[in-house]
Amino acid sequence: MRLNDEEKAILAGELGEVPRIALAHQLKVGEFFGAEDFVPVTQAHIMADTESLGEAGVQWLEGLAAATDGSGKVRIPTITDPRGTDFSKAKQLRQADWMLALERRAIDAFVKLGVAMTDTCINYQTVLAATRGEHVAFGDTGVVIYSNSVCGARSNFEGGPSALSAGITGRTPRYGYHLDGHRQATLRVRVDWTPDTLNDWGALGGVIGRLAGNYWAVPVIEGIDRPPGSDELKHFGAAMASFGSIALFHIVGITPEASRLSDVGGDKLDAHRVGRDQVKALQQSYAVDKEVDVVVFSAPQLSLYELRALADLCDGRAFKRPLLAVTSPQVKPDADRFGYTARIESAGGTVFAGMCFYQSYAREIADANGWKRLATNSAKMVNILGGYGYVPMLASMEQCVEAAETGRLE
Amino acid sequence: MSADKNRAAPAAPVTFQPKPPRGPDASGRVFTARHAMGARVKGEALVANDGFSARYDLDRIAGIFSRPAHKLAGQSYVGRVLVLDTAKGGVASAWMLHEMRSRGKVPLALVFNSVNPILAQGAALGDITMLAGFDEDVTAAIPSGSEVEIDPEAKTLRVL
Repeated sequence: MRLNDEEKAILAGELGEVPRIALAHQLKVGEFFGAEDFVPVTQAHIMADTESLGEAGVQWLEGLAAATDGSGKVRIPTITDPRGTDFSKAKQLRQADWMLALERRAIDAFVKLGVAMTDTCINYQTVLAATRGEHVAFGDTGVVIYSNSVCGARSNFEGGPSALSAGITGRTPRYGYHLDGHRQATLRVRVDWTPDTLNDWGALGGVIGRLAGNYWAVPVIEGIDRPPGSDELKHFGAAMASFGSIALFHIVGITPEASRLSDVGGDKLDAHRVGRDQVKALQQSYAVDKEVDVVVFSAPQLSLYELRALADLCDGRAFKRPLLAVTSPQVKPDADRFGYTARIESAGGTVFAGMCFYQSYAREIADANGWKRLATNSAKMVNILGGYGYVPMLASMEQCVEAAETGRLE
Repeated sequence: MSADKNRAAPAAPVTFQPKPPRGPDASGRVFTARHAMGARVKGEALVANDGFSARYDLDRIAGIFSRPAHKLAGQSYVGRVLVLDTAKGGVASAWMLHEMRSRGKVPLALVFNSVNPILAQGAALGDITMLAGFDEDVTAAIPSGSEVEIDPEAKTLRVL
């Protein structure tokens, strides 16, 4: 890669040991992908729950944070993805002390590194949405796909080590979605139906993600007949990223880079048709049991308006099964203030903040609580939890709330 | 820079030319990747036409593929050369490969038709040999169970 004078100085250790380690890591990745140079970035977002980090990852962070030359600090706004717990409710999840101890060590290291513990995967709704053309280094696939597609910003999937490195060096290798050429569509999808529930949006994203199938594919979607809301696009993108490892999509006439199909080269592609039948088939593939052990709303974290919708559904009910609703630390105080938390919890549910269900030692808490059959309206989560030994079932928010009340998903 | 240079794989949908595949006739064949990193290794190939995510697919404590729908479900990946189609899912693999390395429950190498940045970042931090980007579908061309040798400097995989 071509390095400028500052980058050469960083690599020579002239700015300290931590930036040197960070840039060396970025260089290895950039060279693998054939990047020609680095691009300055304005924000970084780090995915780093302790289940993924493990002891080895936490020690790596602690090593960087312990640098005695003063170089262990981020130099651009750098924030975090959900943590592995909500400390105030960890006992309810039956999380073990060692999980919380590891979590505290990771948080201490991040704070020393100057990272802001926002603990959210919906930062585009709650912290600082990236703008069109802004180069960023974001982690969490849902954050990346939303920021790229809906905001028009530019990011690759930056896993924890690379996002932190970007926070420390203020740059990232210029490859993939930082380049104009990669942002053109490679898959044209024509839909004949516009979803109207969040799980339908998620399932449509899942179908398109499966069809596209790899990180370098960029779907362009035609036929959506109204501008979807932020929560709808959140579920749509998160599922597409989860099922297909997709980082960027366009919707003709709606997302900023695709006013017309030809803006993203979609006119040169043959169209694949995706209908409601395929979306239903995906949903049906998860409808394997009627009994439900636990109901979870998470992945991505809930917005204030999702919590309001949930609170409306909880009024007057008494849950037989645990109902867990997960939001960000930015949204939770407003949910408390507006009474949504109290309404959900008076029916027997619980509102968690700053974590994500599947990043919270999902396998271990399933064993500890006897949870296997899980109902959710998140297509992303059903895709993930199969690997954790759950039987995940996808249904609407209404059906999920009824399942918490009756123990059955009808 | 050209778009092709940066892609770890051709844009989807990908149509691979079927090659004469499994069986002893793959011995001696050499596959050249567009992208490579890590040290030279030799070991047994574990091959499937499926994706990969350390978070979604693995029981990282037992060292096996645990997602029931995965084509390698129940099989151990430890110390083997994983030959799969593409990277799937989320960003956790970037940390997980590093953590798996620290416990010695790690594949010997990752060989994929295409990878995403997360896998490359994880392989870089976890110091795992990786090859990606081929002109044919390596999951169809390399027989599972065969002995293979990877030379990242030459960007090649040789079936022994």
